[in-house]
Amino acid sequence: MTDSTQIAVKAEGLHKRFVTSEGEVHAVNDVSFEVKAGDFVALHGPSGCGKSTLLLMTGALLSPDEGLLEIAGENPYALKAEGRAAFRGEHVGFVFQQFHLIPYLDVLDNVLIGELAGEKVSLEDRARELLDKFNIGHRLHHVPSKLSIGEQQRVALARALLREPELILADEPTGNLDPENSEIILQHLADFADDGGAVIMVTHDDRARAAAKTSMHLDGGRMQGGDQEKPGEQESA
Amino acid sequence: MKLSRLVTREIFHRKMNFFLTLAGVSLAVTCVLATLAAMRSYDLNSDKIIAKMEADTQAQMKKLEDDIRKTMKGLGFNIYIFPKDQDMSEVYDQGYASKTMPEEYATTLANSKIVTVNHLLPSLTQKLEWPEKKRTVILIGVRGEVPLAHRDPKSPLIDPVKKGELVIGYELHRSLEIKAGDEVTFKGKKFKVGKTHPERGTKDDITIWMNLTECQELLGKIGRINAIQALECNCATLDRLGEIRAELMQILPDTQITETGSTALARAESRNKAKETAKKQIAAAKANRVQMSKEREKFAGILLPIVLLFAMVWIAMLALMNVRERVTEIGVLRAIGVSAGIILSAFLSRAVLAGLLGAIAGVVDFALIYPFVKERFFQGVAMSEVVSGSEWIVALLAAPILAAVSAWLPSLMAAQKDPADVLRHD
Repeated sequence: MTDSTQIAVKAEGLHKRFVTSEGEVHAVNDVSFEVKAGDFVALHGPSGCGKSTLLLMTGALLSPDEGLLEIAGENPYALKAEGRAAFRGEHVGFVFQQFHLIPYLDVLDNVLIGELAGEKVSLEDRARELLDKFNIGHRLHHVPSKLSIGEQQRVALARALLREPELILADEPTGNLDPENSEIILQHLADFADDGGAVIMVTHDDRARAAAKTSMHLDGGRMQGGDQEKPGEQESA
Repeated sequence: MKLSRLVTREIFHRKMNFFLTLAGVSLAVTCVLATLAAMRSYDLNSDKIIAKMEADTQAQMKKLEDDIRKTMKGLGFNIYIFPKDQDMSEVYDQGYASKTMPEEYATTLANSKIVTVNHLLPSLTQKLEWPEKKRTVILIGVRGEVPLAHRDPKSPLIDPVKKGELVIGYELHRSLEIKAGDEVTFKGKKFKVGKTHPERGTKDDITIWMNLTECQELLGKIGRINAIQALECNCATLDRLGEIRAELMQILPDTQITETGSTALARAESRNKAKETAKKQIAAAKANRVQMSKEREKFAGILLPIVLLFAMVWIAMLALMNVRERVTEIGVLRAIGVSAGIILSAFLSRAVLAGLLGAIAGVVDFALIYPFVKERFFQGVAMSEVVSGSEWIVALLAAPILAAVSAWLPSLMAAQKDPADVLRHD
């Protein structure tokens, strides 16, 4: 993991356009930001403002039409598709609102699935450690359908953390959780940031925004109110 | 986490899809094996039938040849010996030879050690006018049988005509009202009718038989004959005439030989006919077999590609369904860094496994069902004769390959899924 002075993610003048039946949509329009190691950033804004698109671009999944993106000092879009996939596996962890656990794998295998991304050594000890840490070590061999919603999201978080990425990208991680489970997830994300990781979390949830150290507000594809702000600043303004 | 674990877990999770894929492969393998077996069993069975027909025919022909040989040995057959310079067309036309040869030829022959001839009858024949009765007759001078010097005497086949006597054919004695014991004049010479023949329906009915010496005198051909009839010729081989000719030509080089019709000859001809017919039947059976075999091959040539095509489409459709069900899973795997190659491998290895297990199931199905339907559909041919060991192996190897080829396109679609596209629309 990087130290707190390092820039985990750097975006400069990112643009993304989509052509729809109603014409061209400028989903992300000239967005620039920096996220350092140790940052826990909440990305918020109204529905359809381009948050998810920006998150995918930041996660080296969706190439920008214009602009530059660097993760851990490297531009993933300079890599070919397979190189970029390997890069994601090494540097980025994803947490989704719907968890997207693989329904036929048990908890342990769902976490260890990341090994398929090219890990040469077994990460089973690390997986067990994470699952114990997230208090689901006793349900290693349960399939997702047997878990509670909160447990499923914790498994998803353990999967994202398996390969010790520098960056976690979380898309509405608490969107389906009750307050108690939300709290747990947010705490784990905060812990990850405290340990020197960087977190960018798309959220509509005020409590989630409050848990983040900084926030970015996106509207109409543009970053609003400066590049980054402290949570609560917008409200007080 | 190994890829094989992901694949097997998924198979257990989506059992129906996998089972349907496996069943499709299994059915196709069984169909292919059954088609092969049907063709092979038909060929083997028809080969056996034809081989049996050939063996039976050969046995029958051998028996027939033996029978004929025995019959001919017992019956013998008849030949005529003519002067060498005799035009045979003339003989066939008028019924006797115009050329003559010395009478002692018969004695020479009788005194030789000829083994193929039993009875020798020299004769002088001529068609002429019976002036006293104004009738055209065939006059034959005979002296009876010339005994063979080296053989035990046999019963003569034809009695000689005594001097001063005539034997008269049916039509002559009937129309001229001549009876045995009558006295008649022939060319100015008086003869007693020694015997009259009953009706034979041949030229014998207008024939007069006379003592050879008297006949020679009457015709001015002293010491001459125009034919020697050899009766009950015995030969070991079927080429009787050749055998006799070979023997006689060494003794009487100035003669020629021809065979007269005989029962044995007719039998030999009918035997040849029977052989010919049997040959034709076998040839027809063979041709029919080839034709049927071709038609079956043609049918199989249409059926097999259809079966394989259906199986491939079936596998491809199920693979496509599997991909569609797993779109999000593919998106997540790609997002966390799993390569397209691994995704492709996951889907292809699933198809290969279904192909292999389906092939095993198909082979086992076929092997289990075969004994019960062998008689009805496969001519009772043993399974080991219709499907060889190498074909079992080919089936087991080809099915997984076919399954992989069928699932290739859906697997490629899965591998090429854009994770951003999947997750953005999630």
